[in-house]
Order: sequence, then structure tokens, then C-alpha cells
Amino acid sequence: MRYAETGFNLEIDLTRGSIDRVATDPKDTELYLGGLGTNAKILWDRVPPEVEAFSPDNLLIFGAGLLCGTPATGCNRTIATTISPQTKLMAFSMMGGFWAPELKYAGYDKVIFRGQSPDLVYLWINNDKVEIRDASHLKGKGAIETAELIKKELNEPKAQVAAIGMAGENRVYYASVEQGRSSASRGGIGAVMGDKGLKAIAVRGTKDINVAQPAEYMELCTEVLEYIKFREENPIPGVIPILSVLGSPQEMAIHDEKWHTENFSWGNSRTRRKDFWTEDVATEWLETMNKARTRLISCYNCPLKCGATITVPGLPTYMMKCFTKLTWTMAAFSNLDFGLTIAQRATEYGVDGYSAPQVMAFALELYENGILTDDDFPGMPSDNDGKFYWLLDRIVRREGIGDVLANGTHWAAKEIGNGAEKYAHNNIKKHEQLPLKLGMLNPIYFLMYCTGEKINITQIEGQFPQMPFPKREHREKFVKDWFQVPDEKFKQYFLDWEFRGENSMPYYPTVEMTCEIVDWQERMHYIDDALGMCAGVSSFHLKPPYHIHNFPKFISAGAGIAMDEAKLSQAAKRYRTLVRAINIRRGLRRKDEKPPEDHWKKRVPELEKELLDTYYKFKGWNNEGIPTKESLHELGLDYVAEDFMQRGILTDSEDATSKEVLAEKEQN
Amino acid sequence: MSEDKKKKIIKTIKIDVDKCNGCRACEVICSSFHASPKYSSNNPARSRIRVIRDPYRDLYVPVYAGEYTVAECAGRDKYTIDGKEYDECLFCRASCPSRDAFKEPDSGLPLKCDMCEGEDEPLCVKWCMVDALTVEEREEDVDEEEVSPEELEIGLESLADKYGIEKLRDIVARMSEKD
Ligand code: SF4
Ligand code: SF4
Ligand code: SF4
Repeated sequence: MRYAETGFNLEIDLTRGSIDRVATDPKDTELYLGGLGTNAKILWDRVPPEVEAFSPDNLLIFGAGLLCGTPATGCNRTIATTISPQTKLMAFSMMGGFWAPELKYAGYDKVIFRGQSPDLVYLWINNDKVEIRDASHLKGKGAIETAELIKKELNEPKAQVAAIGMAGENRVYYASVEQGRSSASRGGIGAVMGDKGLKAIAVRGTKDINVAQPAEYMELCTEVLEYIKFREENPIPGVIPILSVLGSPQEMAIHDEKWHTENFSWGNSRTRRKDFWTEDVATEWLETMNKARTRLISCYNCPLKCGATITVPGLPTYMMKCFTKLTWTMAAFSNLDFGLTIAQRATEYGVDGYSAPQVMAFALELYENGILTDDDFPGMPSDNDGKFYWLLDRIVRREGIGDVLANGTHWAAKEIGNGAEKYAHNNIKKHEQLPLKLGMLNPIYFLMYCTGEKINITQIEGQFPQMPFPKREHREKFVKDWFQVPDEKFKQYFLDWEFRGENSMPYYPTVEMTCEIVDWQERMHYIDDALGMCAGVSSFHLKPPYHIHNFPKFISAGAGIAMDEAKLSQAAKRYRTLVRAINIRRGLRRKDEKPPEDHWKKRVPELEKELLDTYYKFKGWNNEGIPTKESLHELGLDYVAEDFMQRGILTDSEDATSKEVLAEKEQN
Repeated sequence: MSEDKKKKIIKTIKIDVDKCNGCRACEVICSSFHASPKYSSNNPARSRIRVIRDPYRDLYVPVYAGEYTVAECAGRDKYTIDGKEYDECLFCRASCPSRDAFKEPDSGLPLKCDMCEGEDEPLCVKWCMVDALTVEEREEDVDEEEVSPEELEIGLESLADKYGIEKLRDIVARMSEKD
């Protein structure tokens, strides 16, 4: 018997209209766990680097995490994986809500799509009965509207539906997949879904998910619940509100937005407004929120209710989560009321709440600076809020300038030319980032920004405080019950970290310490993404309920795979390296691994070089960021090494960089 | 006759729908607890509590499985509360032939909440950390003779009215022989 997982994937060929239920190899689970890990393995095996995002040969994988469907609190993530049209690298985006457990109960761990349907269709999975159904009547419908219509026509109010809106249908590079309470937003996964002619996936399941050691597993679950309760009663002092309590994060419940509104940049990620958060603003925003917010709501099997149902008078209700609350507001220099109102339309269209507002602010900046002109914006209203609605409507339909902007700031700037590239200033690996512009280089964040392949800082940070605490006594108090550390030395690193003097940034934490801290933080996210755990109860937080010490037990008792910390860390390293390998094969190199030029005012080039050199070595990568033959062998990834050799990405002499890089150097 | 009086613990689960966030943790733990062996599997479709959840209309109603009925009701009920129309039979707890609710998904056997027999506390209550579900216990004295003589007389009279005293006497006589 298979435990925690079902042992079956659904393979859907949209070109031929075929549906196959395929047994998976338990060996793969042991090596790559599930979720992201096994998604990566499939992508490596089946999508060669020549295949572009919008090709029938690209795969679109919806994978439930290994432990989804078991009683582990907060374990409900679907990991959506494909090749991104925007970055041209592997995209993987997590969505919470209710979809992944439902898929497990229907009897599948993943749904893998290939091909392209000539007509718009949706997939209906009802336990063993799976059918591709016509969706022509849903063309142009909103993502939420679609989900509701599908549930109605199937007469299945309990079905869970993931759908795209108009943005996905029109292949907007930052289109999301919406699933009511949650979404898979980053990397343009919705665009690939639209390209495949797939409007939605509805699923209903009523079968069992088994665990290997029931009593032990339940004990672990109970411990986690108790710790969540403890954390609720004991917020961490001395950090910003959203980091002091668990959740993903608690943007819907917490009203104090001083930190975000004054530290993040407004507009096209340019303007810091240091005295923005006045009492008047606080009162006004509180009123707005109280009027619009109907209820705080949770994902499947989680008490943390960090989403909300939002009802703006005159508009249909939608569900909001996380930082979308502020991205629209701040990009448009507007207020919360505007943010909550436009987000309703944006959710129905299905666009990423990070990228979309930035793209629009970027367009308006080009307009102000004469790079785009009136001719590009025929009929655009003159007020700022109106401009945003106008742009949003154009982008999701790919009309006029909207067609250019639909590709994101990087590609749009290239197409517009005339100096526009300077304005696409907040990207990493061609993807828009959080609008953060800070003072002094932070070595930990430097490495995370450079090497993160999820391309979103919130998907790699956590665990270790973002800043030193001013007083030693506070630090001592903090480390006292910090049992989540993988090694006691991390406590010392933090204890000695000061705001000023020798032990301050950028030279402290030292390069070696920084590598270890970054590696730990990243490892926890990768483990979450394979198990289907929400980062809001795990890797995103300081002192989370799930950590490197209890995860192995969850896997042993849940999935019946003998696991310990070393073996789990090795597995996480294996599929993390595989993600890198996929991207390396697609051309990712050291030159792409850098934060936005203006992210920090004070940059330290020699230190940055040393950080990257050392971290690459630490990870088992060569100087170009390519995993070495030796480290691949150690991870059981010889097949990757062989492929690299064949393609000339690695050569026989171990430390040689790739042929193409050598060639590039010779040319220079 | 005080020795004939028994103490009985009455447990009432209180449901505060305003506090429900729709997480379905109650369904998770109920189905897991009732798996055999205990906690060996999980499947909310087997749960004895069902959360009726429709976020777009702000509906969150946890409903507990009650008695099994052989036949469906002759009529139906449909509520409107606060301007919101609820589905037919929504608040009914019965496992009934007219619908799938509160039946094992494979065998179709009826499900009924047993208050997590053997546990200190109903587990759905324990797992509902936002206090949408809470439990209240009270002790009640239960009389051995639950029906008072007057009540008995009223009952018999009504039967006599309906079937005639002769018939009633025959039946009572037959019942006494059996004993
Ligand atoms: S912490 Fe928030 S986002 Fe995460 S599972 Fe719980 S409710 Fe969902
Ligand atoms: S556990 Fe509580 S909050 Fe969650 S669905 Fe059940 S009743 Fe609602
Ligand atoms: S009291 Fe126990 S049996 Fe009844 S619904 Fe709750 S968990 Fe299930």
C-alpha cells in the first residue's frame, strides 16, 4: 500500500483528448519526495530545453504535496509547474486553498497536461470518472465566475475548481491560476494554461488517504496544533506585526501598515514615503477594511484564517490573500479603497498581484517621460485610478499598448526601446520583484535574491531574523526557545549580530555564516514545496511549528519512508539541484544572478563577488553556478551530469566552466 | 426512591457560525478518528460533521450527522435567513435516502455523530481552534420512572379512544403473557 500519496498521476493529452491514469514509481518518492520534487523530475525527463513555454510539448503539472490530504495542519499546497513564458525558466508557484487535498481524495497525486486543445475545454475529475468537457461557453468569463458556473452545471457544490480568467486565455505573461481562496500567481502559469486551451480543472474526491503509522502521526499533528496555539498566545516581540504571528502573512487581519507603506516603494518601485502612515490614514484604511471585509477565512485544515472575503459595494464578493492588499494601492499612489476595488476585477481576470500593478506603473512612468505618448493611450482617463482600470482592461485583452505590456516590464521595455529598458529596473531573471529599495547591502538577502529560483523573496526568506535586534538581552531572550535551528551555531550567529560596529552588515554575518543561513532558509522552503506545506505555518516564519527536526518524523510516520534529518536535507538538496539543472540547461548563468541594480544604495562589489563565489562552492556549483559533476554524482544525479557533458555545459575537467562561457570569454 | 435516580452527562456542542472560517479541520479529524484502525486514514467524505461552505454568499454552517431514516420526509424545508436563501434540507441532520450527506461514500451506510465515544472531548471541538465549535456539559438527574402516572393515563386514554378499550385490553394481556 502507498501511504500519504495515492501512487497515481493523471496524464492528459489535450491535443488528442486522451486521459490516462498512470502508476508512479515509489522509488521516485523516496528520492524526490513529491510536489515540487517529483514535478521537477518529470520536467527534467520530459521537457528538453528547446521546448518553449507556448509549445504543445511544454508540460503543465499540478502536483499535490506529499502530505496533502493527511491531517497535518496547513498542508494543502498545489505546486503548479511549467516553463514560464516570461523568465523562460522553470516556473513553480504554490497555491493553497482546497484543491490539492481534493485531488488526493479523488485518487491522484498530480495532473500532467501536454498538448494543446483546439477548443477551450475544462477537465472534470470525479474520483475514477475523468472527462474533458467543452468550455466554449466560459470563454472570456472571470476566474471566479467560471468556477461557480462549473460547479453549478456539474451540480457539485463540493467540487474544487482552479480556473483562469481572460488574462490566462490571452496568454498574458503574468496570468495566474485562481482557486477562490488562493492562486498560483508567479511565473505566468495561467498563460501556459490558456495556451493549452484549458480553462479550468474541477475536482471532487471521496476516497481515503492512508498514513503509515497512525498513532505516531496523530501525535505529531497534535503537537503542531498545540504549538500553533502557543504561538498565537505568545507573539514574537521586537519584529514587525506580520512576522510576530503565524500566517501567510496576516495581511487581512492586521491593520498597522506603517512598515509596508513607509519601507516599500510606491509607483514604479521608486518612491519611499517615509511619513506616510499618519493617524488619519490609519483611521481611513481601517474603516475601508472593516466595511469591505466580511470574514477572515482559512485554507483547508488550517486555523490561521489569513485570507478574507471582500465585498466592495456593487461588486461581487471575492477572496483576497496576502500582500495584494497593498500592491495596487501603492503602484497607483492611491488608497486602500482603490486597492480592494481593482483587486476584484484583477482576480476575475486572473493576473499576478505583484507583477500586474508594477507593469502599469512602469507604463505610466514611460508616458510621463515621453517614451510612450498620447498615441499609445487613446481614450485613457486622466485620473490615476482610472488609468489603472484602463490599462488593466487593455492588458488582459492584449489590445494596443496592452499587447506589449502583457509581456511584463522586461520584454515590454525591449519592444518599446527608446531608453525604456532603464525603467524596467525592478526585475530579477526578467520577473518583477517586490518594490523594495533599501540602504546598506544585506549579505543574506543579497545571496537569496541572486540565487533564488522561485524568483520571489518571500519564497526563500524566513527562519532567521531579517535584522539584528538592538539589545543583547532581547537577542538572548529570542534564542532561548529557538529550538527550530538545525544547529546551535545559528543562535550564536544571531547573538553576535549588531546594528553597528564590527559585527554589523555588510561584513557580518561573515561570508561563511551567510552561506549557511541562506542554505537553511532555502532548504525549509524546498521541503515545504515537496510536502505541500504552507510557508505561513512553516518556512516563511521565525520559530514555525514545522521545522527540520519534526519534518523527518512526519515523512516517516505519514508516508512510511524511513527518514532522518540528514536524509531529508539530502533529498531537498537533490531536487533543489534538479531545479537548477533544468534552468542551467535553459541558459541560466552567473550573469543572471543579481538583484536589481538599485535594490541597495550602498553596494560592495568585492564582497558581493566573494559571497557568490563562496556560496556557489558551498552548494557544489562551479563558478558559473553550474552543479559540478562531483556534486551531481553525490546526489545520485549522474543522469544530469551526462546530459550536461553531452551538451557541452560541463566538460571532463572538473572545474572547467562550460564551453560556451569559455567561448564568450575568448571573444571578450 | 433517590437511589433510583441516575446522573447523566448531557453534552451540547454549540456552533457559532460567525466564528467559522471554513477550514474543515473538524471534518478532517472526525474522519480520521473513525477510521479503523484509528487515525489510519483520512477522508472528509466519511466525516460525521459537514461544513456547508459558500464563501461568496458568506455561508458557513457546520452540520452534525443525526439519526438514520428509512424514508425521506414527505415535505421539504427551505430557509431564508438574513436575505440569504439556503439549500433545501440544509439544516437537516438525518442520513436519508434523498441525499448523499452523512453516508459512507463507498457502502452508503449511514453515519451518525457519536460524540467521539471514548475521548474526553469531541475531537471536532478540539480541532476547531477558532471556537466556532465548543462543548458544554451539564449533569442531569434522570428518573427511572421517566413517565409520570398521569402522562401514562393520558396516553392510554388516547389509545383507547382510537382503538377501543376491548382491543387495548387484549393487547395488554398478550404482552403480559410474553413477559
Ligand atoms: S497559514 Fe494561511 S495561507 Fe497558510 S494554510 Fe493557513 S490559512 Fe492558508
Ligand atoms: S474546524 Fe471550526 S472553523 Fe474550521 S470549518 Fe470546522 S467549525 Fe468551521
Ligand atoms: S463529536 Fe466526534 S463523532 Fe461527532 S462530529 Fe465531532 S468528531 Fe465527529
